[in-house]
Amino acid sequence: MDYAGLIQILDSALRLSTPLLFACLAGLFSERAGVFDIGLEGKILASAFLSAAMAAYTGNVWLGMFAGILAALMLAAVHGVASITFRGNQLISGVAINFLASGLTVVIGEAWFGLGGRTPQLEGPARFGELTLPFANAIRDVPVIGPIYADLLSGHSILVYVALACVPLTWWILSRTRFGLRLRAVGENPAAVDTAGVSVVGLRYAAVMICGLLTGLAGAYLATALSAGFVKEMSAGRGFIALAALIFAKWRPWHALGATFLFGLLEALGNRFQSVELLGVTVPTQFMQALPYILTVVILAGFVGRAIPPRAGGEPYVKER
Amino acid sequence: MTDALPKWADILLIPLINLILALFVSGLVVALIGKDPFEALYILVNGSVGSAYGWGYTLFYATNFIFTGLGVAVAFHARLFNIGGEGQAALGGLGAALVLLYLPLPHWTLAIVAASIGAALFGAAWAAIPAYLQAKRGSHIVITTIMFNFIASALMVYLLSRVLIVPGAGGSPETARFAESVHLPNAYDVLPWLGFSRSTPLNVSFFLAIAACVFVWALIWKSRLGYEIRSFGQSEPAALYGGISSVRIIMISMLISGGLIGLMAINSVMGEAERLVIDPVQGAGFVGIAVALMGRSHPVGVFLAALLFGALYQGGGELTFEMNGMTREIILVIQALVILFTGALDNMVRSPIERAFLSLRWRPAQPMPTSPKGGDNDPVPGAKP
Repeated sequence: MDYAGLIQILDSALRLSTPLLFACLAGLFSERAGVFDIGLEGKILASAFLSAAMAAYTGNVWLGMFAGILAALMLAAVHGVASITFRGNQLISGVAINFLASGLTVVIGEAWFGLGGRTPQLEGPARFGELTLPFANAIRDVPVIGPIYADLLSGHSILVYVALACVPLTWWILSRTRFGLRLRAVGENPAAVDTAGVSVVGLRYAAVMICGLLTGLAGAYLATALSAGFVKEMSAGRGFIALAALIFAKWRPWHALGATFLFGLLEALGNRFQSVELLGVTVPTQFMQALPYILTVVILAGFVGRAIPPRAGGEPYVKER
Repeated sequence: MTDALPKWADILLIPLINLILALFVSGLVVALIGKDPFEALYILVNGSVGSAYGWGYTLFYATNFIFTGLGVAVAFHARLFNIGGEGQAALGGLGAALVLLYLPLPHWTLAIVAASIGAALFGAAWAAIPAYLQAKRGSHIVITTIMFNFIASALMVYLLSRVLIVPGAGGSPETARFAESVHLPNAYDVLPWLGFSRSTPLNVSFFLAIAACVFVWALIWKSRLGYEIRSFGQSEPAALYGGISSVRIIMISMLISGGLIGLMAINSVMGEAERLVIDPVQGAGFVGIAVALMGRSHPVGVFLAALLFGALYQGGGELTFEMNGMTREIILVIQALVILFTGALDNMVRSPIERAFLSLRWRPAQPMPTSPKGGDNDPVPGAKP
């Protein structure tokens, strides 16, 4: 593989890792506040559908994006009501949300468009265009750095840059603001937060809604930037890969960037090559597809660096009476 | 407040209310997209139980869901949430297919025994790794079983498209057809006078599913192991104090769970497809979660809930054909809502009903003595111990 080919693969990895990054940070907020969320997948799917549907209807991708975020927020609210207000099982609620999304998107999509669950193909202003960074064309010919800047970093939709910006932002919120500190505390020891007079329920709802917002962006990116429209089950397990990345990243924002980029790279390699020669052994593409999950299991098993989840994760908080 | 409800309300009334809520919300969805929910319900019911043809498919799907539902239920009893049904059932299919392809089995009676062993072993083996990691390393079993679903799916695609594929058979990723001698008698062969068509998918593994229900009942409520599983699920510290090994219980209950889910392959792979295809599970592993939740993890409940979901799946297929602009995915919506209401929003449904029952039978004449709301330790006059 030559240099240009390498840049191409990395470029495609960046595109593919963007929805994972949004979803991973979404899960990070939720789980750091002690609410497990295996419904990331469903929220991405719902947002992908509604953003594509709205973009197709109005021809405006921004309206589409907001509709997508709204869809994800609604499912996030369901998760919040079930797991915070009614103290239900967060895992079961997540499972239900995934099915709800995969059912509703197709039923409503078929009723609205009659295309077998697809939305119409999006064109022009109904899609996120590619942004050319300043001076990209001017320094393209500079060796080594030129292609990195002009081909790898430049020429993506705005959401890619938003996702990248979300990483330091998440880090800053979680470790440098009062809100973030309380949010993390609520995931470790909610009773202490409650004793300090801060609302556990309020903080957890805030975290779950931020999770909805970010999964909404992931879905909108998927349907209106990465692809040109919605197709049935288009999230294709990305919510679960993001969950895997979250564990891989040990619930930290910067690590999340690395983990999602790695998993995006695996996807890019899998798309590009049917099988990869590695040290004389042919690795089938299916192995590449399964690798994020295998890595996650290995990490979870604690053989390579133990991943310790937030302590109060998955536990509904019952105020002392 | 576990004894606030009479038993019949817990096992019948609440699931029924949950189902009605789920159907009501799905009906709203149908109405919102401009279709007639009552017409949809009619087609659903008529398509699933209105004819021998419909019953054949309803019971066929129900057989799958009984196996997966029982599997999830056994794990629930040990307070383990096994989301890995998809993967375990797929591997069960692989186990059954390998037995049926490579062992010379003269008759279906021998074949069903051998294939069951293969399917259960492979299903159990696929559950064993997450179980071991949970028991020994404390890795969250929900996450590991989800990951194992994806790993299983990649593994199956690899095996079917590269290893087990029949050369020159059109190139579709599936194994060769099993021998004619291992063909399972279907409902037409067994009960020809009931009006099932020759091609009905319902086959003798339905009886295997009923046997599995009896097995699970005996295991959970009549055996020492079942007692240990339940006590572990009720309270881990108490079980440990009572000398029950957590590693042993987690391993055994997950192995049984995976084995039962793997047995689904006898119905779908051996009984219907008669070869191993890509994705032989078709979401049945996930339906098992809904079935186990709705059936309150009891074999009888699982059986009834599986029948219900079998009917939904068959009726949902009919909806696609009979109603313009309607798709079978409405079934996923109903399924999701059943899981949501029975599993996650249980308190929302349960609390008002508990309050209603309490107010019906406990009306103190004076202002209440110690705790105004009735805590867990307050004796309830008139309640049986």
